[in-house]
Amino acid sequence: MAEILVLVDHADGAVKKVTLELLTKARALGTPSAVFIGAGYDKASEKLAEYGAAKVYVAEDGELDAYVTAPKAELLAKLVADTGAAAVLVPATAEGKEVAARLAIKTGSGVLTDAVDVSADLIAEQSIFGGSTVAHSKVTQGTPIIAMRPNATAPEAVPAAAERVEVSVELTDAAKLAKVVEKVVLPKGDRPELTEASIVVSGGRGVGSGENFAIIEKLADALGAAVGASRAAVDAGWYPHQAQVGQTGKTVSPQLYIAAGISGAIQHRAGMQTSKTIVAINKDEEAPIFELADYGVIGDLFKVVPQVTEEILKRK
Amino acid sequence: MKIVVCVKQVPDTEAEKRLLPDTLTVDRESSNPVLNEMDEFAIEEALKLAEAHGGEVTVLTMGPDGADAAVRKALSMGADAGILLTDPALAGSDAVATSYALAQALGTTEYDLVILGSEASDARTSLVPAMLAERLGLPQLTFASKVEIDGTDITVNRLTDYGHDVVKAQLPAVVSVVEKINEPRYPSFKGIMAAKKKPVAQLDTAAAGIDAALVGAGAAATAVVDAAQRPPRTAGVKVSDDGDGGVKLAEFLSAKKFI
Ligand SMILES: Cc1cc2nc3c(=O)[nH]c(=O)nc-3n(C[C@H](O)[C@H](O)[C@H](O)COP(=O)(O)OP(=O)(O)OC[C@H]3O[C@@H](n4cnc5c(N)ncnc54)[C@H](O)[C@@H]3O)c2cc1C
Repeated sequence: MAEILVLVDHADGAVKKVTLELLTKARALGTPSAVFIGAGYDKASEKLAEYGAAKVYVAEDGELDAYVTAPKAELLAKLVADTGAAAVLVPATAEGKEVAARLAIKTGSGVLTDAVDVSADLIAEQSIFGGSTVAHSKVTQGTPIIAMRPNATAPEAVPAAAERVEVSVELTDAAKLAKVVEKVVLPKGDRPELTEASIVVSGGRGVGSGENFAIIEKLADALGAAVGASRAAVDAGWYPHQAQVGQTGKTVSPQLYIAAGISGAIQHRAGMQTSKTIVAINKDEEAPIFELADYGVIGDLFKVVPQVTEEILKRK
Repeated sequence: MKIVVCVKQVPDTEAEKRLLPDTLTVDRESSNPVLNEMDEFAIEEALKLAEAHGGEVTVLTMGPDGADAAVRKALSMGADAGILLTDPALAGSDAVATSYALAQALGTTEYDLVILGSEASDARTSLVPAMLAERLGLPQLTFASKVEIDGTDITVNRLTDYGHDVVKAQLPAVVSVVEKINEPRYPSFKGIMAAKKKPVAQLDTAAAGIDAALVGAGAAATAVVDAAQRPPRTAGVKVSDDGDGGVKLAEFLSAKKFI
């Protein structure tokens, strides 16, 4: 069976859940080969084996991480040529999509983004227009490149050999034009990652201040949830931009999404309206968020959120 | 400094977007076309850079005849000139073909900097800026929340999942911006009037040096097989908080097995 290349998403070897989802999908398409770029492979190898990587192409050369996306695309292009891979799966994150974009040009291939599923004949299911339309699409030229949404597949552990194959690429000058001179890493708490969480509790302008986000966090912790925010809350400096849900933030599709003090602007809805169950807490009865809420509470979030948190803790 | 801003005309932001059942292409008829919101941030950044460093801002758009509405809006914000790349042969181009067409059109003009919005509100792929950088062989400075220029040095903050990267490069470069970067200005009445007199050059594929066989629906490297609209979400239960809203919500969550 042909190889399916899976670009590993990781932070210093800590493998992101989306990678396990991609390996699970890749298994139905061919033989999964993970592509690990950057430092920390020793930490990653076990997980990749557990979730079915037959091979892992490992490129630990620091140069590959020192410039914006182009080096990763060059390495993948080389692997596509050397392995004759049948497809390349990348996570549909901002960076994953950009690597896919460059790889598509290098290999003369089509690329599909925001896939929520892919079938054995490489037809991708895409959730488009903020989730209001489901389309099936295929790549008609080159080696299909498919960017898959995090949290759309249940990862299944099916162990494989994860045979380590060292790879490297002689970077062209063109790949070294945008140099990363500093990585600013914001502290990340113990809460689940936004795009991976099965429950998300988000706060908006109604929360009123950064300090007040503590009540959103308490509810999130009572439910084991991730914390999200609207753009208004992020722009006000109350919560970091990584927490932004919506068109220009993260797209989330959890089992449960709770929006507190969020009006439900179209740009916000674009990032959360495929959530299984939606709960809204808003003091304005006319707020558009209620149009998609399975359960809406018209009220002051400063009363409702602490009360529901207390009830949850009591019932647990 | 010469700055080109690539903009796209898209269906109205607030409109319900859909694919046409017969052609499986975006329905652009049933709502008003507007300038892609994110591109307003790209135009604003270009205007600010030109104000700070001196220079000229040209807007480039590829689109159907009439896509000059997007160009006019940019001109009324303060851009100096427009280029409208339009040709029936371009209809149905995917991201791969669009990046090729834009790269060719950019070849007809001089520039030190190309700025784009980080995504269009219709297709939302974020592919074109990176593809354009790849095709032009220029530094890719995408998802920028801050841009600084000093001579030919350019530094941006690139938003990432973990925070941001500080990225340095030399001009010319391709930049895409996020909506955190600035607050786009509203066109003034004077700006709107002045825009009417600003030059907008029209290019077809031949004038831009585009091989028509490489663009349009026929050349697309991807194809939509089928599409269906999801039934719209319907509102469920709505309760007013009479002092026990939180308790009632907990009951709902419990009934749904979230607790
Ligand atoms: C290019 C572009 C991209 C964008 N991308 C995004 C995006 O990714 N994500 C995003 O979220 N937005 C995005 N936006 C912004 C979007 O248009 C809205 O401005 C934003 O979502 C509003 O945030 P909000 O709902 O928190 O604030 P508001 O719209 O101000 O709503 C606040 C809500 O809180 C309620 N409220 C106030 N006090 C209380 C209280 N005590 N108790 C209960 N309820 C209360 C109010 O009734 C109101 O409904 C984007 C905009 C543009 C132009």
